[in-house]
Amino acid sequence: MPCPVCTGAPGRRCPAVRAARPHLRSRRLPGGGWPGGAPSPHPPRPPGAPEPRVKGGGGARAPTNRLWAMEKARAQWGNPLQFVFACISYAVGLGNVWRFPYLCQMYGGGSFLVPYLIMLIVEGMPLLYLELAVGQRMRQGSIGAWRTISPYLGGVGVASVVVSFFLAIYYNIINAWGFWYFFNSFQDPLPWSVCPLNGNRTGYDEECEKASSTQYFWYRKTLNISPSIQESGTVQWEPALCLVLAWTMVYLCILRGPETTGKVAYITALVPYGVLIIYLVRGLTLHGATNGLLYMFTPKVEQLANPRAWINAATQIFFSLGLGFGSLIAFASYNEPSNNCQKHTIVVSLINSATSIFASVVTFSIYGFKATFNYEDCLNKVILLLTNSFDLEDGFLTASNLEQVKGYLASTYPSKYSEVFPLLENCSLESELDTAVQGTGLAFIVYTEAIKNMEVSQLWSVLYFFMLLLLGMGSMLGNTAAILTPLTDSQVISSHLPKEAISGLLCLVNCAIGLLFTMEAGSYWFDIFNDYAATLSLLLIVLVEAIAVCYVYGLRRFGAELEAMTGRALNWYWKVMWAFVSPLLIVSLFLFYLADYILSGTLQYQAWDATQGRLVTKDYPAYAVVVIGLLVASSTMCIPLVALGTYVMRRLKKGSSVPVA
Amino acid sequence: MLWLLFFLVTVIRAELCQPDAENAFKVRLSIRTALGDKAYVWDTNEEYLFRAMVAFSMRKVPNRETTEISHVLLCNVTQRVSFWFVVTDPSKNHTLPANEVQSAIRMNRNRINNVFFLNDQTLEFLKIPSTLAPPMDPSVPIWIIIFGVIFCIVIVATTLLILSGIRQRRRENKGSSEVDDIEDKLENMDTITNSTRCDSLDMKGGHINDVFMTEDERLTPL
Repeated sequence: MPCPVCTGAPGRRCPAVRAARPHLRSRRLPGGGWPGGAPSPHPPRPPGAPEPRVKGGGGARAPTNRLWAMEKARAQWGNPLQFVFACISYAVGLGNVWRFPYLCQMYGGGSFLVPYLIMLIVEGMPLLYLELAVGQRMRQGSIGAWRTISPYLGGVGVASVVVSFFLAIYYNIINAWGFWYFFNSFQDPLPWSVCPLNGNRTGYDEECEKASSTQYFWYRKTLNISPSIQESGTVQWEPALCLVLAWTMVYLCILRGPETTGKVAYITALVPYGVLIIYLVRGLTLHGATNGLLYMFTPKVEQLANPRAWINAATQIFFSLGLGFGSLIAFASYNEPSNNCQKHTIVVSLINSATSIFASVVTFSIYGFKATFNYEDCLNKVILLLTNSFDLEDGFLTASNLEQVKGYLASTYPSKYSEVFPLLENCSLESELDTAVQGTGLAFIVYTEAIKNMEVSQLWSVLYFFMLLLLGMGSMLGNTAAILTPLTDSQVISSHLPKEAISGLLCLVNCAIGLLFTMEAGSYWFDIFNDYAATLSLLLIVLVEAIAVCYVYGLRRFGAELEAMTGRALNWYWKVMWAFVSPLLIVSLFLFYLADYILSGTLQYQAWDATQGRLVTKDYPAYAVVVIGLLVASSTMCIPLVALGTYVMRRLKKGSSVPVA
Repeated sequence: MLWLLFFLVTVIRAELCQPDAENAFKVRLSIRTALGDKAYVWDTNEEYLFRAMVAFSMRKVPNRETTEISHVLLCNVTQRVSFWFVVTDPSKNHTLPANEVQSAIRMNRNRINNVFFLNDQTLEFLKIPSTLAPPMDPSVPIWIIIFGVIFCIVIVATTLLILSGIRQRRRENKGSSEVDDIEDKLENMDTITNSTRCDSLDMKGGHINDVFMTEDERLTPL
């Protein structure tokens, strides 16, 4: 019988009880905890069983708890589009802009797309769907979700959080550098386009002459890099200030949880595309852009036989989607249970790959411009040298008659020509295009060099670094969500501290540790973290995730639950991929990396030599290798350690709960 | 006899100005590079103007105020355009020391450049390094200004969000104590009237009819 004051269909909210039901979105218990969000103390329920009932409905508290527990009120995305945009802005990051074009260039240009797309379909999409499905089903952060799957596998979640923590520490320094360049773009001339003068103002600074002005600005003015990792130097206040700003901005965006993150995701997902389109138009109209595009897209089919091409394609897909960090699980946990995450998986992964290809078109038109500019510059230098040595008429020598005239001069003035000859550089467009750069070198040296030669370079510079900042911020939001969601889910922490305080503490701690990267040797430590903190651990984490869902929890059971939740049956394709193909792929990647690390012997790094004005290779000192080992071990060891811990605690509990006869 | 003397003088003068002579400087102009289509032709008039500018520069040096245009000698003009020049003293027998000429040219380099519409790179004095213009150095670096602006905006926005969050939580806490009272009232209503709960009807939005769900508490406890 309906409530006496209720009129109409059961779906209509009864006015008398409206006051009893504040908005569904974010209902908190007075202690600040999230009802229904804590990991269930009971073993996982078989599907179809009713919700756990609180026995003995007497006192005032128990029925209230049951009411809220039935709703499972958890913070949610404002609409499903916010979730998609959050995933896109997390997945589309700096790697799409500065790693994919490099791989494309190294492994055969257009033909690299073949292994890339195959790996996307075979490895990327299934694993992405797996993580999103787990998050949406378990509706908890990574620790709670994996503990629900099996109490012994909470370590997988802990490992994800540890890896995300490492990533958060070092990733935001890239945003700090981006801010530094962004602020410096508002000057005329751009500070990296001219070398500073030396002491008596008769020439330019020596280091700047040997390197180039963009390299000098990066290594000296931004990083103030020391010659080796042993010499740590002091904290540089300029990048430190920018780091503080970067963390404050991250705090601002994650402050309120999915409410604010969802809205920020609109900007961080969409605006970079706008900037990329503007750059595409500008890049394609640059002089010499076609050289770069032709060079990049001419397929070198023989690279398909190179196993490294396939391995790098798999690795790129893997890391580009951000699998294993727990961010995707965190994002999906805020979804409605009936959300169609299969469609979203395909959308997000396709958009991610399309963005990579799009960004590489832009990058290569810029490369082509830069290479053509440098080539013509080189030619002009040769022309000037010849004109001055032989006192030819100014303007007589051009690029077209250069070879002819050289031959004439060699025959007419052989002795003088042989003097001048060693100074003549061999200018080659191919060698300029061949300089493949990735990572921070591409973003902060190569791109800035191309930008300084464009007209209105301040505008292009501001746009470019604004895009880099948005991409970096989008990835940071996902990252911090991966760390915060398990923390706010856990009753222990969230009952003592409100969400804002937890986020604030996290940002403060990360900022303090991140100041290490602003020291003079900070860039070397950044490289260590970048290369080793996440790579091996993530492969292991995702492998354990796939095995856990398929074999520990049960693929059939998981599929049935997904079907009950979303209303769509699990396609056989996903089942085959999850059970066999993707784990096999990950194992082979893992073995390859291990073999690579072992075979390459000592670990080396690139150090900047100020006297020569270029990078030199050095060996890591012993303590750096120890740090690398700790980085890898601290995350991977979580899995067995937590499993062992849970086992021991259960044995102890079982031992103590044996009833006394 | 007179023209023999004249010949001797010109020979001596010619020897004063020679490539790599003592106190001689080589000058190189790249007019076509600098001006493109508007390039002028280098002829004897331009040479006269150049000699005038060098004499002008020397006159600015203390003790050399009596330098005349005829004291400046040019030689070896090539097609490039490049030539050598020396500055002689009033007796026309010796050349002035190189460092005096060098400092004079450096002081007036800008004016010499402007006369010929060239700059330091296109009008080169080969052994005279040019003083490079220092880059403009504002008292406060520009980047700090922009950094300050953005930092202040972010801090203000963060503070506003935190404050509104605290206010919302306080409102919710107040609201939840009212809610608990109403729920207690409903509880009592339930046990008395054996009615179904409207809010549980509301919950699934009509997808599941809770009236038929197996919930013992909904029925009157016996």
